[in-house]
Amino acid sequence: MAQEGMHVHDGLEATCWELLQQVTDPEIPVISMVEMGMIHKVRVEDDVAHVDVLPTFVGCPALEIMKKNIAAKLVEADGISKVEVQFVYDPAWTSDRIVPEARGKLKSFGIAPPPIDFKPGDTWEVSCPYCDSPYTQIDNLFGPAACRSILYCRHCKNPFEALKPIY
Amino acid sequence: MGDFSQVETTEAAKQNPEYAQALTDLLFQLADDDFILAYRGSEWLGLAPHIEEDVAFSSMSQDMMGHAVMFYEMLEQLGVGKADDLAQLREADAFRNGILVERKNGEGDYNTDPHYDWAYAIVRSYVYGLYKQVRLESLLQSSYTPLALVSRKMMTEHRYHLMHWQVWLTQLANSTDEARKRLEAAIEKVWKDAGELYQLGANADAIVRCGLIAGEGELKQKWLTLTQGIFEKAGLVWAGEPGVPEQRGRHGQHTPELAQALATLSEVYRIDPAAGW
Repeated sequence: MAQEGMHVHDGLEATCWELLQQVTDPEIPVISMVEMGMIHKVRVEDDVAHVDVLPTFVGCPALEIMKKNIAAKLVEADGISKVEVQFVYDPAWTSDRIVPEARGKLKSFGIAPPPIDFKPGDTWEVSCPYCDSPYTQIDNLFGPAACRSILYCRHCKNPFEALKPIY
Repeated sequence: MGDFSQVETTEAAKQNPEYAQALTDLLFQLADDDFILAYRGSEWLGLAPHIEEDVAFSSMSQDMMGHAVMFYEMLEQLGVGKADDLAQLREADAFRNGILVERKNGEGDYNTDPHYDWAYAIVRSYVYGLYKQVRLESLLQSSYTPLALVSRKMMTEHRYHLMHWQVWLTQLANSTDEARKRLEAAIEKVWKDAGELYQLGANADAIVRCGLIAGEGELKQKWLTLTQGIFEKAGLVWAGEPGVPEQRGRHGQHTPELAQALATLSEVYRIDPAAGW
């Protein structure tokens, strides 16, 4: 909440959102943190930008890097001299927060996007990001990053990764 | 759970000394359980049965370490101490983890001739994981809102751990005689310590009265029902009432194995606790 006497800048906040489109998850450089649905709130009070970020995975080592990258990017804006990044857990990040346009970009990077509106008990069916075949198998639920699994396409014989459904 | 109105913020928690103390005591149990088991998990690095398992086990240990960090940071916000210091500078008798999570991975030492017990790793991780699931579900109703929120987040990650250990349990239970024998020996060993998991320590009454988590009896019953169903489905003989170890970890009594683990994990940090990371 803005304190009395502070100035809240709607225009600067819009600038911040635009700049944040250029900050990416270092482990998935093709989509921005905004597209990942990780930016919950941006608020500018005087010359300070406050950014609330929703972590995808609690222990993700990339979080600290993202925090630094956000701060470095937002001070580029005229009128911002300080950036406070805070990780928040309400609402919890889920894979449904990834914006529709980002799903195609994930595919082009060789990562199958997570299913939409996944519910407990649903079967996780993954199509190959290269050839769209549903004839795939999970090789390892756990992959090179906490958010991804390793799969294999039995049709085009490519290994690939998939973002886990987080719900 | 006790009838306690919702406490939304750290500041509000600090205003009631009884509440703050109960919350602190519970957070140490939650943090230390995840921290020490994640450390034991990290000692499997490079030693797991195959490379995919190495990736999986280290991912799960990383998640668990992340959960421990969250709990230590909540303690830091309550003014108990710096999160890194709480993890690395306390002596063994200040730890409140259950004895089950501190036991060595098996014979030998990580650096010299490790002959670790993979069946024990599976059973310990799964039995603890099932208890953690019950505990997180209870924490969703916690009177301390920040704790309920992070628990919701942790559950999204934890469900993948449970799926993973389920696969291993079923496969070993239905594999060769040797595998089955080792699995049963591991269950016997884990079961001797497992009855301590749901204990809430010296301040248990206040923890429950403050509405932080369900009582020991309810946690125990839910966890046993869940675990029994899973063991029986895998065709394993149900071990019945779990035992409790000689030392009482929730009261700060530990085996020498914990002191040894702490000495190793904090070795670098203790050289210069003021260094930036």
